[in-house]
Amino acid sequence: MFELVFPPAFIMILGALLVAMARPALRPVLALAAPLVTLYAVWQVPDGIQLTVEFLGRELQLVEGGPLRRLFATVFSVMAFGGALFALRQARWQEMSAAMAYAAGAIGVSFAGDLIVMFLFWEFMALFSTVVVWCGGTEGARRAGIRYAIVHLVGGIVLKIGIEGLMIHTGSVEIRALELGGFDTWMVFIGILVNAAAPPIGAWLADAYPESSPTGGVFLSAFTTKTAVLALILLFPGTELLVWIGLWMVFHGIIYALLENDMRRILSYSIINQVGFMLVGVGIGTEMALNGSAAHAFTHIIYKALLFMSAGAVLYQTGRRRCSDLGGLYQSMPFTTVCGIIGALSISAFPLTSGFVSKSLTVAGAAGGQLQVVYYLLVAASAGVFLHAGIKYPWFVFFQKDSGLRPADPPLNMRLAMGLFAVLCIAIGVFPGILYGLLPYPVDYVPYTGEHVLSQLQLLLFAGLAFFLMLPLMQRTLTVTLDFDWIWRVALFRVAVGALAAGEAAAASWARAREAAGAWMGTRVALLFGAGGVFSRSWAIGTTALWLALLLSLYVLTHYL
Amino acid sequence: MKPHWLSRPENVRRLWRAFIAVLALVVAAQFAVPVHGYFAAEGWFGFAALFGFLACVGMVLFAKLLGLLLKRRDDYYGDGGGDV
Repeated sequence: MFELVFPPAFIMILGALLVAMARPALRPVLALAAPLVTLYAVWQVPDGIQLTVEFLGRELQLVEGGPLRRLFATVFSVMAFGGALFALRQARWQEMSAAMAYAAGAIGVSFAGDLIVMFLFWEFMALFSTVVVWCGGTEGARRAGIRYAIVHLVGGIVLKIGIEGLMIHTGSVEIRALELGGFDTWMVFIGILVNAAAPPIGAWLADAYPESSPTGGVFLSAFTTKTAVLALILLFPGTELLVWIGLWMVFHGIIYALLENDMRRILSYSIINQVGFMLVGVGIGTEMALNGSAAHAFTHIIYKALLFMSAGAVLYQTGRRRCSDLGGLYQSMPFTTVCGIIGALSISAFPLTSGFVSKSLTVAGAAGGQLQVVYYLLVAASAGVFLHAGIKYPWFVFFQKDSGLRPADPPLNMRLAMGLFAVLCIAIGVFPGILYGLLPYPVDYVPYTGEHVLSQLQLLLFAGLAFFLMLPLMQRTLTVTLDFDWIWRVALFRVAVGALAAGEAAAASWARAREAAGAWMGTRVALLFGAGGVFSRSWAIGTTALWLALLLSLYVLTHYL
Repeated sequence: MKPHWLSRPENVRRLWRAFIAVLALVVAAQFAVPVHGYFAAEGWFGFAALFGFLACVGMVLFAKLLGLLLKRRDDYYGDGGGDV
């Protein structure tokens, strides 16, 4: 029997270190083996607290098992494997190693038994995901990486303040459902929402991810936002505010994705949209809805990675990222096209794909809570997902006009990774039992009923009709659409530049004023004390005596008055 | 060189016809499979079809309006939104 020697996350970290140090020939083997060994270790962790360590006089719970934690750690391990396979021969070793460390952070958060351990792995993720963004290698990636790091470090500080507050005021850093109220819990809540890409701060996602390398985007799409979803399920289940934040994200993602021209920015906005669905589920907080959020996170990681792989394959083969430069690629990249379409159908919750069996749980959760408005908004949003990710993405990248580009399908390892994830999307869709068996609560739900399939088909196909009828309105333009990141990229920048300029101007005018005052003083002094000045002249004795008499009589006068 | 079969105009017309036939079919199927849904309105004939269609029209139009306000040239931020 395998004894739990150290946490699964440490296996992954070891893998990341080995990849960084190994000979180039060994790297691919290590990069593929580490996630598989980690996956094995994940499944050896029994429920409950498994491992504690002494740190700064506190006992930290490094590993705590449980069905929900196992679910997330499993999909993170699978994702690390698929991502490594996709990046095997194309990514630089720095990126591969950083991506593995990043995955290790996500797995560490999944098993964190208390808030301190969670925080440590949280920051670990922030660190190495920034490296992955930087591995994009362009000036744009460098700048986006700096912005990304700032947002996440600030978010981390906010989270840390909250955790320390809880530690002082309650004496406990245990991971348990918290009541939103009071400064500490709000700080923890906001710190987590930064990583969940909730607006307004969530604009970091669509800013940073599209700047990564073709392979880096695949890793980035998976971990940060989904660990935040896990943290919210563990810490804030049933917090009603999450329903409204989630709905905002759902529609924010759709609208911005509709306006986007950059293919991976479309997919990035689509992450915000999907995480919105998960947040709604957490906010509803029933067992059905929490199951829905967890299941959705699981399937989403796989199909979103698949979508990012197909976009990465296009980017790798053509070097182009704008929809307006792409199109017609189905002719020479049939395999990538098919995989992209499978990902697109899955995200749209088309029957027989993984999205259908997972998203339905959240939507049914809304109905079960008798939240009629929320329910209809989610249904409308489901149609919107088909619109922006289900059709728009594949249409503008692989079909629409003929761009004249005839790139081949990408190298074998990339095709294998896409094939693997495409198969997983279909397999989960056809055999939902695989996924339902992993969920934290027992599932009492049958996704494949005649009426459910039928109404979903009506919804999606007529959304498709709307897309093609309104195609003239959707022509891609060479534009970006301002999001909340405008506030810190432009407005705050202008304020800072303005403040600096005002400061300089004030300093300059102060210096001028001092100089002028100095010069004036100089001339006065010269006038009064200089040669021929009033105070340096010699006076006649008579005049002096007269002045003295005058002053003395004034003195006498004032004395008696 | 002959264009790919998907790009030929006559095939595009055929695809449209097939698509419309499928649309009609999924609505007509509601006679055979009664839809109850979770709330009353969902039982109406063709509700999901109409709802999906109108929701999408609404979202596209809203996006279009928002675009008028918030769209900028794609070198707006001036740090290489271009090709790698």
